[in-house]
Amino acid sequence: MATPPADRVYSQSHEWHKIEDDMVTLGLTQFAVDQLTDVTYAEMKKPGFAFKAGDIVGEVESVKTTSDIYCFVDGAIVETNKAVADDPSLLNSDPYGKGWLIKVKMSGKGKLGECVDAATYAKQHG
Amino acid sequence: MSTTTSRPGSLDAVNGSTRTHTSVLDASDTFHHRHLGPSEAEVAEMLEFVGCSSLEDLTAKTVPANIRNHRTLKLEGVPEQGLGESATLAKLAGYAAQNKVFKSYIGCGYYDTITPPVILRNIMENPGWYTQYTPYQAEIAQGRLEALLNFQTMVSDLVGLPLAGASLLDEGTAAAEAMSMCYALSDHARPEFFIANDCHPQTIAVVKTRADGLSIKLIIDDPAKFAPTDRMCGALVQYPTTDGRVECYEAFAAKAHAAGALVVAATDLLAMTLLKPPGEWGADVAVGCAQRFGVPMGFGGPHAAFIATKAEFVRKMPGRIIGVSRDMQGNPALRMAIQTREQHIRRDKATSNICTAQALLAIMAGMYACYHGPEGLRRIALRVHTYAQSLRAGLLKLTQGVSDSDFVFDTITVTPKGKTQAQVLDASRAKSMNLRAHADGKISISVDETTTREDIQHILACFGGTANEDIDGLAKASQRDLPAKFARQSGYLTHPVFNSYHSEHEMLRYIFKLMGRDLSLAHSMIPLGSCTMKLNATSEMIPVTWKSFGGLHPFAPREQTKGYELMFRDLEKWLCDVTGFAAMSLQPNAGAQGEYTGLMVIRAYHHARGDTKRTVCLIPESAHGTNPASAVVAGMEVVPVNNTPTGDVDIADLAAKAEQYKDTLAACMVTYPSTYGVFEEGVKQICEIIHANGGLVYMDGANMNAQVGLCSPGEIGADVCHLNLHKTFCIPHGGGGPGMGPIGVTKALAPFLPGHPVSFPETLKAQGAGEHAIGPVSAAPYGSPSILVISWMYIHMMGAAGLKKATQVAILNANYMAARMKGHYEVLFKGKQGMCAHEYIIDVRPFDKSAGIKTDDIAKRLMDYGYHAPTMSWPVPGTLMIEPTESESKAELDRFSDAMIAIREEIRAIETGTISKTDNPLKNAPHTVHVVTSNDWKHPYTREQAAFPLAYTKGHKFWPSVGRVDNPFGDRNLVCTCPPMSAYA
Ligand SMILES: Cc1ncc(COP(=O)(O)O)c(C=O)c1O
Repeated sequence: MATPPADRVYSQSHEWHKIEDDMVTLGLTQFAVDQLTDVTYAEMKKPGFAFKAGDIVGEVESVKTTSDIYCFVDGAIVETNKAVADDPSLLNSDPYGKGWLIKVKMSGKGKLGECVDAATYAKQHG
Repeated sequence: MSTTTSRPGSLDAVNGSTRTHTSVLDASDTFHHRHLGPSEAEVAEMLEFVGCSSLEDLTAKTVPANIRNHRTLKLEGVPEQGLGESATLAKLAGYAAQNKVFKSYIGCGYYDTITPPVILRNIMENPGWYTQYTPYQAEIAQGRLEALLNFQTMVSDLVGLPLAGASLLDEGTAAAEAMSMCYALSDHARPEFFIANDCHPQTIAVVKTRADGLSIKLIIDDPAKFAPTDRMCGALVQYPTTDGRVECYEAFAAKAHAAGALVVAATDLLAMTLLKPPGEWGADVAVGCAQRFGVPMGFGGPHAAFIATKAEFVRKMPGRIIGVSRDMQGNPALRMAIQTREQHIRRDKATSNICTAQALLAIMAGMYACYHGPEGLRRIALRVHTYAQSLRAGLLKLTQGVSDSDFVFDTITVTPKGKTQAQVLDASRAKSMNLRAHADGKISISVDETTTREDIQHILACFGGTANEDIDGLAKASQRDLPAKFARQSGYLTHPVFNSYHSEHEMLRYIFKLMGRDLSLAHSMIPLGSCTMKLNATSEMIPVTWKSFGGLHPFAPREQTKGYELMFRDLEKWLCDVTGFAAMSLQPNAGAQGEYTGLMVIRAYHHARGDTKRTVCLIPESAHGTNPASAVVAGMEVVPVNNTPTGDVDIADLAAKAEQYKDTLAACMVTYPSTYGVFEEGVKQICEIIHANGGLVYMDGANMNAQVGLCSPGEIGADVCHLNLHKTFCIPHGGGGPGMGPIGVTKALAPFLPGHPVSFPETLKAQGAGEHAIGPVSAAPYGSPSILVISWMYIHMMGAAGLKKATQVAILNANYMAARMKGHYEVLFKGKQGMCAHEYIIDVRPFDKSAGIKTDDIAKRLMDYGYHAPTMSWPVPGTLMIEPTESESKAELDRFSDAMIAIREEIRAIETGTISKTDNPLKNAPHTVHVVTSNDWKHPYTREQAAFPLAYTKGHKFWPSVGRVDNPFGDRNLVCTCPPMSAYA
């Protein structure tokens, strides 16, 4: 598998977290969307939703299955990706870019320690 | 349809006989050799092919010795070899004659209706419409899908909400589903639900049962006293009310919304042609039953219930939804939308357990709307309404206690004056009429499509009127315009499909045009694993549409339903015999309903013993998705149990978990033979472990067709088991319902079987039920009684010997096909002695690597060969599960095997590079007639290979009506009502 972007960390449930100061952008990995196949729907919790690390922050649906999305920091959602809500195929075509899911204002590092870097993730899911 | 003329008494001579020899004088229309596909000679040949010396030898090699029962079924009153077709029909006709078909004015959600004969004969009585399973393979189900889309469009238009589903089981469960939906939409944060006390009593009771399971607090009260709080997720009103009033709920809805609660309206489609629909006065969800659109009452069912809601709630709406997508060539094509919501995928996250619904009945109701059109429906509604008004005027003239000011649609509630309730009822019965008696002395009278002037005269006469009351005069005198706040202003059913088929010829041709797009059992075997697509014999079907079964209201007095009672008693006894249980409830309307009912019974049992902490339900990973979904709906906590690599329940894991949860263990759900098609050796041990830890065993009986006559859930050690009568006992699947899922239980559980507030299921009493009965799980006391005759006929015609042989031949057929495919496909799971049960799973995952071929490609290619695919990717992803059933002949088994082998050769051609990996007959399948005859054929294989890949297809070709359907496209662009005609240009 191609190595995913190095500027973020990866959870075992296949979310990527890109951390810029206290802002975290969250999305799904290429591996995850390959497993899901064609994503048909994504529903994230609304901006303002506050949560603890490991909580469910949304759900994506493909023709094959429905999956919960987890976030590994504590915080609150500040923005959801409207483009993905309108066109869920962005998740398939550009999971690390246009297919991001939510932006979070982080209030604590939560379970970030359980996440791994790009190279490790690539090795685990090669 | 008419009953047969031979004397019912003539069968006494053979009743109870255990003769196995035959005389030339015996009836020649014996049944089981008709039900079974292979002849005796073929059975012998096939046995040899699979390496068995006899059916008994096959059984011994397949069914573990420790669970075999060596008793023969008794099937009281049935000759061991079964009774011939005409004699069985005659016996049932004798029962039917004991039903009395009175004119029903009981209402309460069930109304007499005129089934248009063109729909009766060409849909309800037509195997081209009733034998299909759920439309999993959209390309060969476009007819049914269009008919269901019509139903959705009709419901959506009439209730004024944009999104409607493709049917639910009955109005009561639809209301319960709506409550669950409101609760889920509140993120389970609002645990209270309001029900107006003027809803139909059975609806209130069914919702109550469901609320109990989900621990939702119900507030049942006068809607005028409605005071929502932020703990309330929703509120249900009946529109019009059960006693007939049309009330304005605009303020009610505003109040609910202000408190953040949703509003559910239980409503009547016919009334909606005249009244302002719920969607226009603020309801968020509408539910109800489409029965009065041409579906006989049938003593309670089957009928199609409906649910409709706002577009944004689509992912929380229970049940299947048909949606519009496109095919590979870009043409519009229909299919089931957002399948991922199905409980087999959401499992313990599901918010509903509904699987089999009421497709056939929804199709009938939709066709009724096509046939009558908006004008025709409005005329029927106006006529009904005018009769109700005339009746009221007549009652007022007789100074009866009836409101002059309430607005009504079809139901008048009256307090008799100068006569007691009993006197009026006696008078009505003397004229073969049923009115609805209320406990407070009032009487309700609901008129319907079948009502005539004479009928109104007869009703008025019961209140002291003269026999020649001038009904036209009353009609004229009582005529008034609907108040603006109630009158419907918006249009409905404007789509051409509701405005094109009003002549019988047009209707007939439309019905046949759609039928021609569906592959049914009338074409070829449908080898769907776990679905048991056996014969639905004509003589089993014939009594369903007898007026003496179809014309009864579910709350008709007991003395009018003696024939049904006899039939129920037989069936309960026989099914107890077959399952080894002490009691049988015929109430649940589908397998999943049976699961939910059984778990609620188990829960009630624990509670009665003060064991209220028992809430854990162990469910193997291999279980059908309805199992965890039902457990959730019954308020249980699902704990998954692993499977071993060979597909069995991991008994060590089960034991560990049973031990871990021994204080909270309520139940374990196990399917037998397993969903992997194997008679597991450890099933008895599983039951023992669960019992030792205080739990009870629920057996999913979807595979009961492999047990009948050989072993039984009761003797294996289960405490409850449902039977999918639409699988094992020949009720056709109707293209996605109807079904029936009765449950059998042990003696200890019998007292808890579901009751009914309006009419307690009489036959339960003799089975030790009653006092501790849980609330009803279906709107009618006996679920869908009119289709129970199908199973009754089947059992009676087969006899104990026939039933056992059917099981053995089902196992033989599966093993024969598995053996035929040997060397081409690998069978994944087998029993200890190398045999599969009645179905088997083949692995197609290796072809993905070797040729880029997936299950879908094989499934779609099978259509070109004239076959419906086996069950795809369940219970194991990347596999096909094949179940031929006993009703397929050797010739048909061979044809299907040949098709599968030919497809394997096509895959080999890709593997060896003979043909392109991307442009080959599998990837492009199915091939429509347009594709094959197009001047523009550029594929590297011939048109002949595309469309006529084996010789037999030349003699018997089924053409898929669309190319491969694009599922993601449809799910990303949801359209769930009839698309404009321009889409087909
Ligand atoms: C193993 C199994 N369990 C349960 C069910 C659910 O039954 P129903 O569709 O009648 O609700 C099915 C039906 O598909 C099944 O195959």
